[in-house]
Amino acid sequence: MESGFSQALLAALTLQAGYNSALVAIGAGLLGAAAGAGGTFLFLRKRALVSDAVAHATLPGIGIAFIVMVMMGGDGRSLPGLLIGSALSATLGLLLVEWIARRTRLPEDAAIGAVLSVFFGFGIVLLTVIQTMSSGRQAGLESFLLGSTAGMLYSDAITIAVGGALSVGLVVLLRRPMTMVSFDPEWAAASGVNVRGVDLAIMGLVMAVTVIGLKIVGLILIVALLIIPPVTARFWTERTERVVWIAGALGGLAGYLGAALSASAPDLPTGPIIVLVSFTLFVASLLLAPVRGVAAALWRHRRFQLDVHRRQGLLALARGEPIFDRLTLKVLLREGLLRPDRVATPDGAARAAKVLRDEKRWDVARAVYRDETISGRYDGLTSIEAVLTRDEIADLDRRLGPPVPVASSEGAA
Amino acid sequence: MQQGEVRLATDGGRAMSPTVPVDSPFAVQEMTVSYGEKPVVFNVDFTAPPESMVAIVGPNGAGKSSLLKAALGIVPSISGRVTVFGEPLATARRRIAYVPQRASVDWDFPTRVIDVVLMGMYRELGLLKLVRRPHRERAMACLARVGMADFADRQIGQLSGGQQQRVFLARALAQGADLYLLDEPFAGVDAATEKAIIDVLKSLKAERKTVIAVHHDLATVADYFDHLLLINVRKIADGPVATTFTAQNLQATYGGRLATAHIDQLQLASG
Repeated sequence: MESGFSQALLAALTLQAGYNSALVAIGAGLLGAAAGAGGTFLFLRKRALVSDAVAHATLPGIGIAFIVMVMMGGDGRSLPGLLIGSALSATLGLLLVEWIARRTRLPEDAAIGAVLSVFFGFGIVLLTVIQTMSSGRQAGLESFLLGSTAGMLYSDAITIAVGGALSVGLVVLLRRPMTMVSFDPEWAAASGVNVRGVDLAIMGLVMAVTVIGLKIVGLILIVALLIIPPVTARFWTERTERVVWIAGALGGLAGYLGAALSASAPDLPTGPIIVLVSFTLFVASLLLAPVRGVAAALWRHRRFQLDVHRRQGLLALARGEPIFDRLTLKVLLREGLLRPDRVATPDGAARAAKVLRDEKRWDVARAVYRDETISGRYDGLTSIEAVLTRDEIADLDRRLGPPVPVASSEGAA
Repeated sequence: MQQGEVRLATDGGRAMSPTVPVDSPFAVQEMTVSYGEKPVVFNVDFTAPPESMVAIVGPNGAGKSSLLKAALGIVPSISGRVTVFGEPLATARRRIAYVPQRASVDWDFPTRVIDVVLMGMYRELGLLKLVRRPHRERAMACLARVGMADFADRQIGQLSGGQQQRVFLARALAQGADLYLLDEPFAGVDAATEKAIIDVLKSLKAERKTVIAVHHDLATVADYFDHLLLINVRKIADGPVATTFTAQNLQATYGGRLATAHIDQLQLASG
């Protein structure tokens, strides 16, 4: 059973698991990449939730497009027709959110909530009505809610590939205005950028990705593909363009891997599995990313705490004060600065003397350099040599007089 | 007070001549800005003299920032015309650099100091032209001018408030403009930054550029600026600092909010 699954997974990953699986894996990979790159500026513009309204607003368009196509005597399930319908109603939903937020006193999140639920509810009503219609092979429209890959066609994969490539192309073309608007919209407007136009372009990207993703992921989960990859990418870089590329790569990886996983076992839904793979990448980044990750932050905090305790312990040694704090004692003992009988080792005594000396130097420095750019850099932990030059320290020492030694185990012995 | 040089706008400024000042780097006419039905800027006329350093001064909520933002089209105005170097705003944007308030952006944004300055060149780079070495060198020169060259590779969130303000100024310098509009450039910055910024602004004036700044510190008006616009929703007075920065005008601008004792300590024009 176990080896059966891994064999199937390997086959799916190398596109050997059958024609349909290969199409789905490639399509999902492209969709993931387009969604990740296209969602980056949505995330940076802090409008992630608008995409949820846009996605839910596609549903009535799907229903209406189906009804119209059936009434015109065509195939109600023609994918291009359904996608055009979904795009039209998503546009309407988006403009409605914009209009409410702009023209009324309602905040944008209230507008999003209202539009999202009303459009989605109306869409569900339409789907129910369609179920009672006698013609048009209505079965399967509800698969746009959560996506379905069972009947994926070559032409569907082509639609996704073309739409995805156009989306990525638009991101590359508009990366500068979108960066300006996301970082500093007022300055962008003052510099002559059409902020509203750029915002609409960002939303247009979201809509394009949503529409081409309806088939595989469905309208409820597409938001995850737009938002999770950029959020994940943010853990790994401090540069906007790299967030775009990393998000695209992570989204593509999640799409491909998720599709392969769901093809490796019966009854695993593709869309939700892709979202879970994407989420796994997010959690790994959240925990392990080098600077912004949780582990790195904890480690930095711990190191800082030990620095503080070490310094306080050494100062106490230098001043001959007793040390009670357990962590302070632990640090000094473990680093060989203190003997178990609480007498300073020679090393500890030397460093204690240095800490006390630096503390006195800083007192003088604060009086000498009234300029806060120098004295403001005193934090008690950074060594004075890192802030002041050798000559400046020598000058302070002249004013201070000779250093005072600290008693150590050798002195006591 | 030399009444000849000070135009007191007693009736909301309507008495001003409506002709477009061709030689002025920055002129607004009949500017009114309103959020809802309460005007925050009402019927303000102002013409900045060429190559001047102008302070826009007034109490909190007097519409100083709104006047600048409306003049730049960042917020909509109810009425008003803006002329920059004799041209309408749309064609003159390339000659303008704006420095917004620090609080207006998200400092956790994924961008480094050098990237922010390079953004100042996006207008000339267009959509596709790649950032090359000369651009980077120019961006570094702008950073050096505000004393921030050592911080080029830092993420912007790691900077202090004053350093962030200097990076904003460097971005404006990278725009290579002739008119600099600054919104409270000295708000909440350290002494070293204030010095660095005013040095740059004075050097811009020496290069025959025009600098207009919303300013809140009355104690430094006379040291930093040579021209003054006093507003409190309406224009109270404008003209050279030497003749306009008077106790009488300040009293008219701030009303009871400015203690007489405080006014006495200021370096005022003889009036």
